[in-house]
Amino acid sequence: MKAVTIRDLTRRFGKFLAVDHVSLEVDEGEIFGFLGSNGAGKSTTIRMLCGLLKPSSGSATVGGIDVTRDPEGVKRRIGYMSQRFSLYELLTVEENIVFFGGLYGLSDPEIQTRKAFVLDMAGLRGRERTLARDLAGGWRQRLALGCAILHRPPILFLDEPTGGVDPVSRRQFWQLIDRLSDEGVTVFVTTHYLDEAEHCHRLALMHAGRIAAMGTVAELKEVFAGRAVVEVRTSAPMEAVRALDGVPNVEKTSLFGTALHVWLRQGNRDTAPLAERFLQRGLAVESMDFVAPSLEDVFMDVVERAGGAAA
Amino acid sequence: MRKALAVGRKELHQILRDRRTLLILLFVPAFFLMLYGYALNWDIRHVRLAVLDREHTGESRALISSFVNSSYFDIVAVVTSTNDIEHLMDRGEVRAALVIPEGMSRDLRGGRVAQVQVLINGDNANTATTVFGYAQAIVRGVSAQLQLEMIGGRALAPPISVDPRIWYNPELRSTLFLVPGLIGFIVMLSCVVSTSLSIVREKERGTWEQVRMAPITTVSYIVGKTIPYFVISLASALLIILAARVLFDLPMRGSWAGLLVALSLFVVGALGTGLLVSTLVDSQALAFLISLLVSLLPTVILSGFIFPIASMPLPIQLITYIVPARYFLVVLRGIVLKGVELHTVASQVGALVIYAFAVLGLASVRLARERG
Repeated sequence: MKAVTIRDLTRRFGKFLAVDHVSLEVDEGEIFGFLGSNGAGKSTTIRMLCGLLKPSSGSATVGGIDVTRDPEGVKRRIGYMSQRFSLYELLTVEENIVFFGGLYGLSDPEIQTRKAFVLDMAGLRGRERTLARDLAGGWRQRLALGCAILHRPPILFLDEPTGGVDPVSRRQFWQLIDRLSDEGVTVFVTTHYLDEAEHCHRLALMHAGRIAAMGTVAELKEVFAGRAVVEVRTSAPMEAVRALDGVPNVEKTSLFGTALHVWLRQGNRDTAPLAERFLQRGLAVESMDFVAPSLEDVFMDVVERAGGAAA
Repeated sequence: MRKALAVGRKELHQILRDRRTLLILLFVPAFFLMLYGYALNWDIRHVRLAVLDREHTGESRALISSFVNSSYFDIVAVVTSTNDIEHLMDRGEVRAALVIPEGMSRDLRGGRVAQVQVLINGDNANTATTVFGYAQAIVRGVSAQLQLEMIGGRALAPPISVDPRIWYNPELRSTLFLVPGLIGFIVMLSCVVSTSLSIVREKERGTWEQVRMAPITTVSYIVGKTIPYFVISLASALLIILAARVLFDLPMRGSWAGLLVALSLFVVGALGTGLLVSTLVDSQALAFLISLLVSLLPTVILSGFIFPIASMPLPIQLITYIVPARYFLVVLRGIVLKGVELHTVASQVGALVIYAFAVLGLASVRLARERG
């Protein structure tokens, strides 16, 4: 049985089509990433899957349960954690755990067992009496995750779970997610961190309410098969973009952090024309290397082809 | 329900740690307790008057018509016994009564000082003072008229003097009138503000969304959330009543059980109002503002707390019918000052029940709609 099945799921807000005929399936134990810029429809989709929002049309089952017919049944089988790590700031670590346990109807002995598990998992032993608001980002995030899985849900929804957390904590967090996945928990995660998406078994790129591309990370990168990407490092990237205008074997350019990514035309691996143009314009170039296309490259390409503005 | 209890326990932990909520619940009442030393003046017209005429002579009718012609009094009842007056007063149907004893005309003709009795409901001390003043002025006017007519009579003493009896608050102490109003006001304010803030705060912080993802019905979540506020509000209201008894000699002439019932109904309505506010807005600042607007102003201005409803223009009077404090104050003053039983003020108690059901119903409809 599939953990999540979505068929032609659509949601309108007035005239605005937030989610437009989305269909997909997620396997049990899979980490499924939902990628897209703000307003692409990710959160609306998740809210429909969690039974919070009624679809305008289409259907979705989560854990085999229809989200429209039995939203409460869905809620019992899922864990949910959002970008805001919604803990009660004025409650202690322990009180938060006990409260969420009670909210999900766990018995007292069970709450005790799960509390021990969460404290170990989040590394919060000895900080049981700390107020949630006094916890640093990484701990808050892990505590929020712990509270979301107290009732051992087979499916876990994470809505941009790593916002505002340092890189070390993010890595620790993803280790926990990997472990849950190994134990058979299905993880449905939205993010706009592209590096994070590399942790996902499969990805859907969402743009303007539609799924623009879907597949494994490797499959998505296939889009670039045969097209080479050159990373140019220079102190004046903006001028470099302008300088490359009209170079015959350049398909397109884009800024990539502080560097510049240059797509060469299909089958072309010749960087000489680039170097020549930079020389003509008197631009100092620090380095020029072939790089493997990143997910961000894929994302930009997909969005561009979908005809929308880049994130 | 177990889940609701878990929510209630959580809420209690939060309240005990949240200084702001505690301040609102504890010190705002104390602050307002200091405010009611202010004397307030009222202009009163159309006081509902009952007349007991044991005389039925030209003189007695002349006296009655001068009350009517003054426009300060409206005769709403003509009764035949003092028991009737008591009844009408208890139910608040009249504020004052004019009793003309047998033998007034005889005394007048015989050159003796004739006495008429004016009974005034003193549960609103300021109104009572004013009413007393009006009655005295009218009677003096009639006296002067009679004096002129009785040429050669003993002109030095006024032929008629008033023998006033002010019921329920004989010393006309304004605190006795203001304290019940204040209790209603404080309860309303703290309930509405604390409930609406506690829910909107969850919306702001995102915990509301988190809770909505859990398999708990909105109703049990709300019940769980409001139980602590209900208990705290009830306790603080009883504390104010006790304090008023100690500090201001507020009497307690009715039953505590009746008071508790009325107070609970009023608190439920107030909590429901706060809940309704929280379903309309998404920010704490706005929630606070609207809570103040819907609780503070109507409860102070449109409830009869300070300004008598009877002297308001009709459209405003109609608005006061949806202000729960209007009913609560009648019940509270009735129980505390007059010692009436709940069934005497059954229509007011009924109105409180209706209000509570109405706001809770509206709030649940709004909450259900949030599911989209």
